[in-house]
Amino acid sequence: MKIIEVENLKKTFNGFTAVDGVNFYINQGEIFGFLGPNGAGKTTTINMLTGMAKITEGKVKLMGEDYTRNAKKAQAMMGIVPDESNLYEELSGWENLVFCGALYGMEKYLREERATQLLQQFGLAEAASKSFKAYSKGMKRKLAIAAGIIHQPEILFLDEPTTGIDVAFARQIRNLIVDLHSKGTTIFLTTHYIEEAERLCERLAFIVQGKIVREGTVEEMMKETQGENIVNFTLGGDFTKIEEEFRSHFPDFNLRMGKNNDVSIHSPSTFTLFPFVQFFEERSLPVFEAKIVRPSLEEVFVKVTGIELQKMQSEQNQKGRKSQKGGGSRS
Amino acid sequence: MKTWIAFSSILMKDMRSYYLKPPNISWGLIFPIAWTLMFFLRSPVAVEVRDLLPGVMALSILFGTTSMLAVTITFERKSRSFERLLLAPISLNLLMLAKTSGAIMFGVVNAFVPVIFASFLSDLSGINWFMVLGSVILIAITSTFLGLFIAVSVSQVFEAQTFSNFFRFPMLFLCGLFIPLSDLPAFLRPVSYALPLTYGADILKTAINYNGIISVPLSFLMLLIFSVILFAYSTYNVNRKWIL
Ligand SMILES: Nc1ncnc2c1ncn2[C@@H]1O[C@H](COP(=O)(O)OP(=O)(O)O)[C@@H](O)[C@H]1O
Ligand SMILES: [Mg+2]
Repeated sequence: MKIIEVENLKKTFNGFTAVDGVNFYINQGEIFGFLGPNGAGKTTTINMLTGMAKITEGKVKLMGEDYTRNAKKAQAMMGIVPDESNLYEELSGWENLVFCGALYGMEKYLREERATQLLQQFGLAEAASKSFKAYSKGMKRKLAIAAGIIHQPEILFLDEPTTGIDVAFARQIRNLIVDLHSKGTTIFLTTHYIEEAERLCERLAFIVQGKIVREGTVEEMMKETQGENIVNFTLGGDFTKIEEEFRSHFPDFNLRMGKNNDVSIHSPSTFTLFPFVQFFEERSLPVFEAKIVRPSLEEVFVKVTGIELQKMQSEQNQKGRKSQKGGGSRS
Repeated sequence: MKTWIAFSSILMKDMRSYYLKPPNISWGLIFPIAWTLMFFLRSPVAVEVRDLLPGVMALSILFGTTSMLAVTITFERKSRSFERLLLAPISLNLLMLAKTSGAIMFGVVNAFVPVIFASFLSDLSGINWFMVLGSVILIAITSTFLGLFIAVSVSQVFEAQTFSNFFRFPMLFLCGLFIPLSDLPAFLRPVSYALPLTYGADILKTAINYNGIISVPLSFLMLLIFSVILFAYSTYNVNRKWIL
């Protein structure tokens, strides 16, 4: 069954089109993901689906029922975890959860029981009575997810659940998401981490500049790279100096720059490594490592969107800086 | 039932987070006490205490509600917790009522602090307490909704504070409490009649000292109209400005 159906959804802000006619659906019980760079329109889409933003054009349905003009009737069935915390700093973790349960009309004993159980499940039992402002960023995010599911919604929206969270907590949060999924929760998540999308989502859509450029299951997406041969070289110097020369020397190969001095070579047919090694060595670029790369979603994403991974990364950093600054000025 | 749970939880949370916080309780008490002392100490004759009571009560409500609500809502907007309320399955009207009822109650309680004081200093017999309570509640409602109006017009906490004063001080001088309406320059009188506090204060004067000049039913009606307009305009603005 389709929990959410979205038809030709559009959002403009004073003439600027942030979401440009997207179509997608989310099946019951699955994790559906939006993967796209910063500014692609992921948050705006979630806001329209959850009633935080007015819909400029298009239609949204929850379990077959249109709620485009009346999000209130759908909100009871939604759990929403925004990209930034929106819990009460002065309340404890437990009080925050109980309060959120009350917003959905849960009876006192029920919401208290569930709050205690969720804190246990999320490894926050010891911090239950600590005030939210004393929580670390990772703990805050976990509590926000717990608050999002306290009323056992039909669908959970997670906007960039691991962005800005340190590695250990990010792993915990991904495990929690997998765990929720295995218990039957339907999840819509957005991310700009390709591996995260690949690891967590059953179906996903690439979104770039407000448009969905590809949509399907991870397996379907991976077909794009079938037969692709990729070898990654780690060089002892800067490749960009000889890039031009390389391209004219090996016109049939595609190139992709990686981190540091990594460069990967793509070809639809198999190829031998020796000519490349020789080419690099002759130009005083020692080859430290050459390895065959199994195509991943990363390759598909780059191929379909034309967005270099480095660019995604730099945008991520920018975003991290921006939100850090924002957080600083608020406190 | 579900809506009631949400409504009462929002109200209780605000009570605990804002109105029953020691600094605010003491502010809520000290402020009326300060007003009371300031006026009462200047008037040694007991009868005059009763003359001043309507003014001090009105001030206590005005200062206890308007900026309190404007600041708390602006603060919750900045910390994004207000967003969580907007995402909850309760109607915007009910949500705004829940957010304002705490401040309204706070204002009503504040209004009776000077009454307790005055009861030691003066004979309070013959006062129409029903009428007092009615006007206190309506003054609290209009003052709170004025705070709501301010909250939807600003985005920073300091703006909320400044803007509150921008409304409050002119109201003080033009509401007829300290300067009788008849003594105001003619060009200011229409402004007085455009302020809700004028009507509330006049009912208090009638109820306590039998010296109001506007008919009581008319004053009640005006206060109700102000309440409805301020509330409707504010929720309209919340929907327009905060749900993009
Ligand atoms: N309230 C707003 N007013 C104007 N532009 C906005 C507003 N919110 C988002 N945008 C713009 O819409 C685009 C999509 O933003 P967003 O949905 O936040 O992207 P993402 O979540 O994918 O990073 C961006 O270019 C952003 O600047
Ligand atoms: Mg976003």
